[in-house]
Amino acid sequence: MNLTEKYDLDVVKWFAIMASVYLVLGTLLGVYIASELAFPFLNDLGTDLPYFQFGRLRPLHTNTVIFAFGGSVLMASAFYIVQRTNQTRLWSNKMAWFTLWSWNTVIVLAVITLPLGLTQSKEYAELEWPIDILITLSWATYLYNFIMTIHIRDRNKVPHVYVANWFFMGMMIMVTYLHVVNNLSIPVSAFKSYSIFSGVQDAMIQWWWGHNAVGFFLTAGFLGIMYYFVPKQAQRPVYSYRLSVIHFWALMFGYVWLGAHHLQYTALPDWAGSLGATISLAMIIPSWGGALNGILTLSGSWDRLREDYILRFLIMSLAFYAMSTFEGPVMAAKTVNALSHYTDWTIGHVHSGALGWNIMVAAGAMYHMIEKIYNVKMSQQLLGIHFWVHTIGTVIYIVAMWVSGIMQGLMWRAYDEYGTLAYTFAESVSAMHPYYAMRAVGGALVLVGAIIMLINIVRTIRRSGVGQTANV
Amino acid sequence: MANKNVKESLQVKLEKNIFGMYLFMALSVSLAGIVEIVPLFTNPEAIKDEVITTDGSTKSLLWIRSEGQALSDWKSDDGVRPLTALELAGRDIYQREGCYLCHSQMIRPFRDEKERYGHFSLAVESKYDHPFQWGSKRTGPDLARVGGKYSDEWHILHLRHPQAVVPESVMPKYRFLESALVDGETIATHMSGLSKVGVPYTQVDIAQAPATVEGKNEMDAMVAYLQSLGNMIKFEDGVTYRE
Repeated sequence: MNLTEKYDLDVVKWFAIMASVYLVLGTLLGVYIASELAFPFLNDLGTDLPYFQFGRLRPLHTNTVIFAFGGSVLMASAFYIVQRTNQTRLWSNKMAWFTLWSWNTVIVLAVITLPLGLTQSKEYAELEWPIDILITLSWATYLYNFIMTIHIRDRNKVPHVYVANWFFMGMMIMVTYLHVVNNLSIPVSAFKSYSIFSGVQDAMIQWWWGHNAVGFFLTAGFLGIMYYFVPKQAQRPVYSYRLSVIHFWALMFGYVWLGAHHLQYTALPDWAGSLGATISLAMIIPSWGGALNGILTLSGSWDRLREDYILRFLIMSLAFYAMSTFEGPVMAAKTVNALSHYTDWTIGHVHSGALGWNIMVAAGAMYHMIEKIYNVKMSQQLLGIHFWVHTIGTVIYIVAMWVSGIMQGLMWRAYDEYGTLAYTFAESVSAMHPYYAMRAVGGALVLVGAIIMLINIVRTIRRSGVGQTANV
Repeated sequence: MANKNVKESLQVKLEKNIFGMYLFMALSVSLAGIVEIVPLFTNPEAIKDEVITTDGSTKSLLWIRSEGQALSDWKSDDGVRPLTALELAGRDIYQREGCYLCHSQMIRPFRDEKERYGHFSLAVESKYDHPFQWGSKRTGPDLARVGGKYSDEWHILHLRHPQAVVPESVMPKYRFLESALVDGETIATHMSGLSKVGVPYTQVDIAQAPATVEGKNEMDAMVAYLQSLGNMIKFEDGVTYRE
């Protein structure tokens, strides 16, 4: 019996296809707004319309890449992994389809409302209250279906729930908390609301959400992906079970504290920021433990990296994961944060995670799933091109933001020999121009990579369709 | 983290019992939020709203309104007040246009920030800010104390065409604000919503709102909001505003 008969994989296919479409859309928006910073005339293009301006499109970029692309990847892989590792069909295939349709409706609504300026103005939680309710509903069905699928497994065949499932579940639970609390607001019209929190309380709640959107949505969930697809693609068991237990619980307990490090030296009480920074430093240990756990899974089959591009994506993603989970705690340290906060360094850090870790591990997972589901090899040539274009683009992006971020920080605090500020703010803006242009080039390469991935996936699916017809 | 090392068997038990695991996860992710967020609501020091002045008396940093005073009765050293109807309309536009994505409103206690932007920001200054607008990025300069720094005319010229005033600027043009009028009824509804979450607008403030924004366009509102930023507290030397 083949895979598609044994499991409910149609919904997984559609999540995977939509994810690759959203990656193209999200990175296209990213390249556009990056270019606006380098070439501001792109904001209006000679018209008086606000719809393409940076302030309107930037939330659409973040929502598209995090929730449309990231969310679809998480849903595709969670529904795939939970069936495979528990050797059972979904508890409810219908409910999974509801999750698919509602999640995509959310994205369509985001694409309409954000350029119109309908926003709560909370970073990564811009969508207005009616859409938030739909997100909650969609998310609840995702969570419930996932847990029930684990629950109905045959306990004689699968007594233990596999580690990848823990990470997904932790992510689902935490994101539910975060989304509900951070979006509590009082509606004043159909598409306008005010947060019920204000000032310092709202800031802390927003960054509790903001950092854990990264820590859970983009880290815990994607680690679930890593813990399944790396061993599968490497055809080796996970390096250490014990390490994965430690990695998991340390992440569940520790990550949640970090939000406060976004608010150091602000009007937030000092103890909170320092607590966030201290635990951030401690998080290096489990993060690196997890990264090593993934990378060392390859022990004894390193040679596979020479031929297997999917495995390369997965292993490179872990290298970036290790790098950005080292960089993060460094930036959380008070003295570094005093320099890096408010600069492009933060943007660079986020993208070393997003481009290096998330997109790469997602690409590895999606290529693996498409090959399994359609039972056909993907074009190795296109895989290879995607890998290199994406890696080079990511490195260019990160380097540009390192230079511009540190330069900004240093220029803002520089004094001349007379003890007055050495640079005006405007001078720091014009000094950024070459790096903003360079960042747009790096981003464009990532976009090219995303287009190659979409082409490869569509071609593979069409080829498999031809094969099936021929068999009939 | 007690659940990690103590007994291998607990971990194994949880791996076999998905609902038990759910419970443990739900608990372990809740802790940090409780420790870091709850004190901000329970400890009044988190949003300190009064100071001891140099002559030893206590002074409120919030505007204490007497019975019958209108928003327009506020004087420049009265302390933090809710935004007027026109300023609130400007703030709505500030949110809508995503200004917070490139401009912070939170000055840190560093020498260079003091010289560039002014006195460091206090928690009480954003007490009525639903949601907060501290921002996280300075693609443009901080705006926490931009109020009163430039003339209204400068702001209008700058918003119409930023590069005409600051050639290096990468800011978009906001000419379109001039062609949209502020709707009085909408602002009244917004004020009434904010009053439900703790912004001290009176019934009279809300009732008068439509009249005060009559004939104003969005550019006027935006400028009014920017001019309101950061000068509600008069800082005095020798007073401790933050421990």
